[in-house]
Amino acid sequence: MAHGEPFVWLTGGALAIGVAMILGLLCLVLYHGAVTFWPAGVALLEIHGRPAVMGELVAAEEFEPDESLLGSLEPEESARARDWLARHDGISRRRSVRVGNYELTGRHYLWVSEFEIVSEQRPEWALTIERLDWGRFYGAPKAFEVDGRVVAGEPQEIWNLLEREHPPARSRWKDRKRLEQDELGAVNRRIEDARVSLRAVELEHGRDSQAYRARESEVRLLEQECSAEHGRIGERIRALREENGRYVLVLETGDGIEKRLALEQIVRAVPSNRLGFGGRLSVYLDRWWEYLSDEPRSANNEGGVLPAIVGTVCMTLVMSLIVVPLGVLAALYLREYARQGLLVSAVRVAVNNLAGVPSIVFGVFGLGFFCYLIGSSIDEWLFSARLPNPTYGKGGVLWASLTLALLTLPVVIVATEEALSSVPSSMREGSYACGATKWQTIRRIVLPRAMPGIMTGMILAIARGAGEVAPLMLVGAVMMASGLLIDGTAPYLHPERSFMHLGFHIYDLGFQSQNSEAARPMVYTTTLLLIAIIVLLNAAAIRVRTRLRRRHVA
Amino acid sequence: MSLDGTIGARGSASAGRSAADRTRPGRTGPGRREGRAVLGGVFEAIEQGRGFETCSHAPVASDEAVIEIESFDLWYGSQQALFDNTLRIARGKVTALIGPSGCGKSTLLRCVNRMNDLIDSVSVRGEMRLNGDPIYGSAVDVIELRKRIGMVFQKPNPFPMSVYENVVYSLRIDGERDRAVLDETCERSLRSAGLWEEVKDRLRESALALSGGQQQRLCIARAIAAEPEVLLLDEPCSALDPIATGRIEDLIAELKGEYSLLIVTHNMQQASRTSDNTAFMYLGRLVEYGPTDDLFLAPRLKETEDYVTGRFG
Repeated sequence: MAHGEPFVWLTGGALAIGVAMILGLLCLVLYHGAVTFWPAGVALLEIHGRPAVMGELVAAEEFEPDESLLGSLEPEESARARDWLARHDGISRRRSVRVGNYELTGRHYLWVSEFEIVSEQRPEWALTIERLDWGRFYGAPKAFEVDGRVVAGEPQEIWNLLEREHPPARSRWKDRKRLEQDELGAVNRRIEDARVSLRAVELEHGRDSQAYRARESEVRLLEQECSAEHGRIGERIRALREENGRYVLVLETGDGIEKRLALEQIVRAVPSNRLGFGGRLSVYLDRWWEYLSDEPRSANNEGGVLPAIVGTVCMTLVMSLIVVPLGVLAALYLREYARQGLLVSAVRVAVNNLAGVPSIVFGVFGLGFFCYLIGSSIDEWLFSARLPNPTYGKGGVLWASLTLALLTLPVVIVATEEALSSVPSSMREGSYACGATKWQTIRRIVLPRAMPGIMTGMILAIARGAGEVAPLMLVGAVMMASGLLIDGTAPYLHPERSFMHLGFHIYDLGFQSQNSEAARPMVYTTTLLLIAIIVLLNAAAIRVRTRLRRRHVA
Repeated sequence: MSLDGTIGARGSASAGRSAADRTRPGRTGPGRREGRAVLGGVFEAIEQGRGFETCSHAPVASDEAVIEIESFDLWYGSQQALFDNTLRIARGKVTALIGPSGCGKSTLLRCVNRMNDLIDSVSVRGEMRLNGDPIYGSAVDVIELRKRIGMVFQKPNPFPMSVYENVVYSLRIDGERDRAVLDETCERSLRSAGLWEEVKDRLRESALALSGGQQQRLCIARAIAAEPEVLLLDEPCSALDPIATGRIEDLIAELKGEYSLLIVTHNMQQASRTSDNTAFMYLGRLVEYGPTDDLFLAPRLKETEDYVTGRFG
């Protein structure tokens, strides 16, 4: 006690608990996030009194089957189970099998107890198939059909054909999707724009005016033109669809049901049990690449999260661009210009307290002020022809960035004030003695010297802002955004569009999705990605700060 | 102005000033006064808050003045720090301000380029002129005034930028963009400050990487870049080692003539080595002012002799 050792243990222990919790969280996220895309082998389990089950074995645990479980079995099964348990001290293992085939089984995962299992096999040709809809499919290849005729029946032959025909089928599907989305979209946009311009003319000159009638006939003409264009594009889409409809893969599930899959529906087919380590690794990396560079499919449970990545990064960057200048200017006034007194102290306390306001409150404010008040006013001035459809009068990335900028403003102000007050007064005096004005001194001496501290504020703001979800739900984050924030259609940047956000994506996947069990692996992966992006943004800012510090502070 | 060295206790101190003196913290305990009975005269007058006339030697009155200070008073809030200072700084010479800590040397120096304006509580009375132009007054543009005066501080305070940008700072803030002018000024100033040979290959590097002595010479180069009419040095060597101090003193000797220098120093030897004229200050008052040799070798007042010989202070 005399040497204060208990306090060393107390303080050290507190730190150790904190570090252990953080490391535990990171390890959990890292482990689950990293294994999601690793292709596991496919097992075929035969079960007493039930159809066989095919799928990936993902987890196992020991448990003690109780009377209610045993009583629910058929009498014959129940007796066998009791017999088995008597030999194993009443303890059994059960395994979680990812069975997929959701449209047939109605479930993604199944628990199988060890005492039910007759045999476990690893069928050589079991395929793990990722599809556009319904999640994964596990099955053995049965036949390959072209135009309804079976052209191959042996697994090796089927696989060879699949490898040959799958890439062109996929590229036809991508062509079709591009036609449907981009080209039809462009035609629809032309019609929409024409109608909006007609509405604008109507608002300005009235329905009976000469101008309106002239414009109306132009629009009619354009509509005819566009519907012809529609027809042409529809023709090409039909041709692609017909061509793709010719190729069908027939699979047999573990319980012997035949399932026909159109080739274009298959995103990726993996013969899991035939792969060596290299093959698995290439599938693993391919899945990561798809995840990072593609759009979500199958109700966000599968596919990529590119829109969410773009949304998160754009929103965070725009937020930083807004909050840093604003916060720095405010802090400059507080620290350099304002006469220190009661009022300034009150303002400072108020700013600090702003940091403690729950973020959802900012969300409510953002929705009411930015979206409904400012956004609606902008719509009335500039986009009146589009009303009642709102352009800025709803949630969007600009409003979300502004809301988060407001949320993180106190952080930047406090950090900047600290940085300004740590600039030695000898430097300011030196500058004044050279005949510099106050602003020249601030701009040339104080700000460069305070820059590393300002960057610290920006880093904290990014860390806080990128991780916020609650206010975003109110001001623009959506489960499925219709377009990216940056794309090829004028004006290329779309600050009014709603966007996807990784944090909101996690919430949506884990807690809002129809089948959160199926989405669970993706929750971990998305969490890992969100953490990685925040770390990356911070690392970039820290790098800049280090460079500035080397330059401006000895 | 009394030139014969007599000490006339002026009883004309204003009521306000006397009140301020009475509130001054107790530097004048009875014990200290007894211990210093030998000083008598001027110090007693000062400590009792009575006025007196500066003992000014004849030669300094005849010099051509670059700065004239007349009856200058200064208050920090209600506390008076400078009392009735009258001083003429000679053109082209080095003038040293000496005195014990807290006697107001630095305060007086900082009044010349109005650095004390930065402190809210400061108020002043009296007159200062730079080459005949008033320094104080509502019509004076402080920024323009400071451009005519260079200043070097106690601690080297290079700006967080390159050596080059440090030197041309005062030109930059005037909006000078001409590369040739900037280069020429940079080289000339650095040569004058005796730093050119050492830094000519690292002009683009951060000034903060220089040694303390180099930084101080850089600050001198920065101060003379705008060709000021007077150069103020506020204990320029107090943060430096003896070798760096020696170089700064050599530099002061070189700058003399081209520039008028006013230097505050704690170091008697430095004052005697570098300056032409010396002013001795005590508790905000100017006690004796004269040519350095006279002041150190044949001071008229016993108090000055005691101070410069190290018997007090």
